[in-house]
Amino acid sequence: MTEIKAKKKQEVKLVSVPSPYIVPERNAGEPLVLEATHLGIDFGGLTAVDDFNLGMSKNEITGLIGPNGAGKTTVFNLLTKVYQQTRGTIFLGGKDTIGMSTTQMNRAGIARTFQNIRLFDSLSVEDNVKIGLHNSIDYGMWQGVFRTPAYRKQEKQAHEKAMELLSIFDMQDEANVPAGSLPYGAQRRLEIVRALATEPKVLLLDEPAAGMNPSETSELMDTISKIRDDFGIAILLIEHDMNLVMGICEGIVVLNFGRIIAKGTPSEIQNNPVVVEAYLGKNKENKEEKNPGKKGGKNR
Amino acid sequence: MKKLSKHSIKGFINYGLVIVLYIIFQILASAKVLTNSLQGLLVPICAYVVMALALNLVVGFSGELSLGHAGFMSVGAFTGVIIASSLKNLVPFGPARLILAIAGGAVLAAIAGVLIGVPVLRLRGDYLAIVTLAFGEIIKNIMNCMYIGVDSRGLHFSITDEASMGLEPGGTTIINGPMGALGITKISSFLAGIILIVITLFIIQNLVNSRAGRAIAGIRDNRIAAEACGIPVTKYKMMAFVTSSALAGAAGALYALNYSTVVPKKFDFNTSILILVFVVLGGIGNLTGSIIAAIILTVLPEVLRQFQDYRMLVYAIVLILVMIITNNEKASAFIKGLFSKKAKKEAA
Repeated sequence: MTEIKAKKKQEVKLVSVPSPYIVPERNAGEPLVLEATHLGIDFGGLTAVDDFNLGMSKNEITGLIGPNGAGKTTVFNLLTKVYQQTRGTIFLGGKDTIGMSTTQMNRAGIARTFQNIRLFDSLSVEDNVKIGLHNSIDYGMWQGVFRTPAYRKQEKQAHEKAMELLSIFDMQDEANVPAGSLPYGAQRRLEIVRALATEPKVLLLDEPAAGMNPSETSELMDTISKIRDDFGIAILLIEHDMNLVMGICEGIVVLNFGRIIAKGTPSEIQNNPVVVEAYLGKNKENKEEKNPGKKGGKNR
Repeated sequence: MKKLSKHSIKGFINYGLVIVLYIIFQILASAKVLTNSLQGLLVPICAYVVMALALNLVVGFSGELSLGHAGFMSVGAFTGVIIASSLKNLVPFGPARLILAIAGGAVLAAIAGVLIGVPVLRLRGDYLAIVTLAFGEIIKNIMNCMYIGVDSRGLHFSITDEASMGLEPGGTTIINGPMGALGITKISSFLAGIILIVITLFIIQNLVNSRAGRAIAGIRDNRIAAEACGIPVTKYKMMAFVTSSALAGAAGALYALNYSTVVPKKFDFNTSILILVFVVLGGIGNLTGSIIAAIILTVLPEVLRQFQDYRMLVYAIVLILVMIITNNEKASAFIKGLFSKKAKKEAA
């Protein structure tokens, strides 16, 4: 019963969203790595995110932007199952992720960084990366206790891999420093390294450039592009720095009040009146309008 | 030559410390400097050191609070006594029986750990503290009304009284309800205690510096980030908790087999707190500190016995002082300053 109801509801909604995908030119036709359809979550009576649709294939960089409180981080939390969605589905590498936990989502190929940095502060930088490598090491507890050859071999490999990953951001020299004592920017970079260590298909970056100066930001832009090319992964990023978003994203999704108000290429988004309105507010005479997403454009 | 990592240096310091302490106590014992009561404390000290190390794995490395570790000690103690008493004729060699008793105590305590851990470690927050607190009391009360005996037909249980076990005339009662275990043959020795400490150190230190240990520490530092890194949180919390309860069970068996009688009341809430005090005073996550704290705080009440009236007063003052020194940055900097000045003077 409920299933049928839900389907009917979705069909109706499909009409209002003609294409759930951002289709950047470079990867049209590739299979989707991440596909979210009609994703939504309610907290009590409050709908934080509703009808969120997104498709990404590998080698894509997509930006997720929107004013403060639009629900961007909530979308990340939904995609990593920190919150279980109230509605909608998430397909990862073609598989339905229904009922999966955050841990299982990571194993299925989605890794993320956090807006408010979440490192393992008391552990060394190298150990932080090694925790990211956790699932690519497979010796058991007792092999670790008795230091078997498997332990030695795999720990050596993990060390080499960790150093290799740290070299992306030239952080090898800080390998033995406690992660909590790194400067802010380095902590952000370490989070990216740790996320990459889990060998994701999709990487979610939550404000990677927050707190960085312009030169650091432009360096980060190069690195993000390089990561995409080297690892062949899809990257979805939340960012307030428009230079970064417009500079490296092929597709952009704009979120406001938990709903997608626009999708498109950077130039399309820049010229989209709905987006401008969401960021800068609307004209006084348009105040009585209830749905700016549909009519906002006409009045400009 | 390969440079030793910081971890392995720390590890060697702990092994060294234990061996040096063993030698010191042996010399003191053979020189008859130790009083009888202190000599009798040697095995309990070892048991408490193992307890402190085991609890530190939960409190320090896994970041959970257990207020019922004496309960696991109790499970291990009575299991050990039952095994040792019932195998008396089968395995006449004392040390072999001790090994079996300790292993059996560890296994049963581990099972108890699994039973508690499975439901509780899935929850977030302080539930483990509450449930382990209750567990300690429950075990104490169960043991208080348990009657276990052995005869030629095997083990007999009862929860009403001694007579209802239906022992054959030649049978012996091992556990006699609130009177506890009676007539235990003392098979624990100081050497066995030291070996158990070394084994405990070996397991904990190597566990902490392996893949599993990183995961455990990661979960403690940031649970959400650990989940996002694909780490199964419950599994690793269980691993730390069950390992810890098994070691506590082993310590319990060692402890019980050092006395001729052991009462269930011995392993109550106060003992759990005492062990937690060892861990907190020694420094959470600091194994060396746990060892030293457990030794000093077990010996101290004995040494202060001659000041009978002021004993608990002095004990309390020492506790407070240690707490201030270990947890206050200025105080610890001051102490460090004293030592470094001394070192400088010596160098000059």
